Amino acid sequence: MPSEHMILNFGPQHPATHGTLHMVLELDGEMVAGATPHLGYLHTGFEKLGEYRSYNQFVTLTDRMNYLSPLCNNIGYTHAVEKLMDIEITPRCREIRVALAELSRLADHLLCVGTAALDIGAFTAFLYGFRAREVLYDLFEAVCGTRLTTSYTRVGGLLRDVPENFAEMARESVEETLRATSEIDRLLTHNRIWRDRTEGVGVLSAEDAVAWGATGPVLRASGVDWDIRKNEPYLGYEAYDFDIPIGRNGDVYDRYLVRMEEIRQSAKIVRQSVEDLPSGPVNADEEHAVLPEKSEVYESMESLIYHFKMTMEGHGPTPPVGEVYAATEAPNGELGFFIVSDGSREPYRIRVRPPSFVNFSMFPMLIRGHMLSDVVAILGSLNVIAGELDR
Amino acid sequence: MGSAMENQEDRETEDVGGPESEPGPVTTRIRARFGDASVSTGNAVGCESVIAERDALLPFMTFLRDDPKLSFGYLVDVTAVDRLRLDEEIRFAVVYQLYSYKHNRRFSVSVPVPEADPRIGSVVSVWPGANWLEREVYDMYGIVFEGHPDLRRILMPDDFGSYPLRKDYPLHGKGERDNFVF
Repeated sequence: MPSEHMILNFGPQHPATHGTLHMVLELDGEMVAGATPHLGYLHTGFEKLGEYRSYNQFVTLTDRMNYLSPLCNNIGYTHAVEKLMDIEITPRCREIRVALAELSRLADHLLCVGTAALDIGAFTAFLYGFRAREVLYDLFEAVCGTRLTTSYTRVGGLLRDVPENFAEMARESVEETLRATSEIDRLLTHNRIWRDRTEGVGVLSAEDAVAWGATGPVLRASGVDWDIRKNEPYLGYEAYDFDIPIGRNGDVYDRYLVRMEEIRQSAKIVRQSVEDLPSGPVNADEEHAVLPEKSEVYESMESLIYHFKMTMEGHGPTPPVGEVYAATEAPNGELGFFIVSDGSREPYRIRVRPPSFVNFSMFPMLIRGHMLSDVVAILGSLNVIAGELDR
Repeated sequence: MGSAMENQEDRETEDVGGPESEPGPVTTRIRARFGDASVSTGNAVGCESVIAERDALLPFMTFLRDDPKLSFGYLVDVTAVDRLRLDEEIRFAVVYQLYSYKHNRRFSVSVPVPEADPRIGSVVSVWPGANWLEREVYDMYGIVFEGHPDLRRILMPDDFGSYPLRKDYPLHGKGERDNFVF
C-alpha cells in the first residue's frame, strides 16, 4: 500500500508547549519525518522597546522574557550595563545577586523537570516541584515585593536591601527544594517507564551541540564541560565551591540528570552565599549612575533632586559611546546582552542573546526519526520558554 | 549637591579603556593571515573586536573557526545594528559574537552592510547554529544572507511588509496589526 506523509499541527496551544508555539510535523505513520517550528505568536518587541526606554526602565522588560527565572534576567541585564559603564558593585550586592540567581535557578529547574515529567505523564513529580517552587516564590515576594515580575536589580545596585530574615528564609527554601528533588529523584530516576521514554531519545552529540551553539544543561548533558560561572566567573563565582555536572549521552535522560544535579549544586552555592553575607550598602557609590535609596528620596531634598535627575525624561545616567556584550549563565544557558550606546540616555540598540531560541533551533534535527510521542519528551528537555523565544 | 551636575560632564568624556588602542592577539593573528588592511579594531568594551569586510566573509570566518591559535568553535550570536542615527557612512552592521572553548576567549566581528545592497554571506556552512539567528536578522532588518538554506521570516508573519528593528520603523508600527487576518 503506498504511503504518504501526513501533516500534523502541534500547538500553538498544546499543553506541552507552555505558551504559544506552533510546530508543523511531517509524519510517516507514527514516526516524525520532519518538523517546522513557527515562532512569533508572542513577539513582544522588547529589543525595539528598549531603544525607547532608559537603562533602568529596561529592567522591567527583562522580567517578561524568561518568566520562570526573571531574577536571572534582571541580573544578566544589569551586569551588561555595569560592564559598559564600568561600575563596580558592592560586595553585599554581589552576594545577594548570587544567592537570588541561584534560588531562581532552583525554581526554574524544579519547574522544568516537573513539567517535563508531566508531559510524559508523571503528574506527581510535577506537584512536588510546584510545591517547592511556592516556597521559593514566597522568598522572592519577601525580597522583591512580587512573585513573578521581580524587577529587583538597578544599574549599580538593587531595588532595596533584603529583609532581615533573608538568610533563614533562603536556607528553608533550599531545604524544601532539596526535599522535593529527592522525592522526584526517587520517583523518576530509576523508573522503568521514565527511562524508556527518555533514554536514547533526542540524542545530541558533543560536536553538534558546539556547532549549533547549544548552552546550559543541554550542552553539558552532551558532555561539554562549560559553564560561564566557572569559565568566565562574574559576580565572584570563583569564590564558591561547586561542581558542574556533565552528562555522557546527550539524551533527554541526561538532560534531566544534569538539571537534577544542578539543583543540588545551586543549593550549595546559596548556602555558602547566605552564610556570611557582607554588611554595608547594596548600591554602589557612583553618583550620576546609581539611583539613591528610596527611603532617602522621601526625606532629603538632595536625594529627591538627584532622583529626579536620574529618572526624568532627558536626564539620567549616560554610558560612554561604545558597545558591549556580556553573558551570564542563566538556568537555560548563556543569556547575553549586546548593548550599543551612542552616549544618550537610552540604549541605541539592545539585543538579547536568548538561550531558548538557540537551543530550540536544534529541535527539527533532534526529533527526526523519533516517534510522535517523543515530541513532548524532547520539547520538555530543551525547556523552551515562549517569552524568551520571541522576546 | 552642586557637585552632582558638574561631575557628570567629566564622566561623559571619560575613557573606559576600550580595546581601540592596541590590536590584540586575535587581530594580530588575522592580519598575519589576511594582510594588514584586512581588519580594523572595533570599539567593544571588555573583549577584542574587529570591523571586517563582507567580501571575503566566508574564508575569514572559516579561518576564525579552524585556526588552532584561534579556534572560535562556538558562534554565540548574530545580530545587526541599524546605524541610521549614528555618525557612520554605511547604514547596517552585522555583528557576530564568537567564543573559543579552547582558549576561553570572546571575540566580536562587525561587518558593515550598505543600505542600497543589503546582502551578506551566510555562515550557516561554518556554524549550523547561525541558521535561526540569521533568519531573525533577516526578519528584523531585511538583510539578505546569501547561501542560507532556508531564509524565511521567523518571528513576524510571512506577509509582513516591513522590518521592525530598522530605526525608521516607528515604535507603534505602521498599522499592520489592523490588517491581520486571524
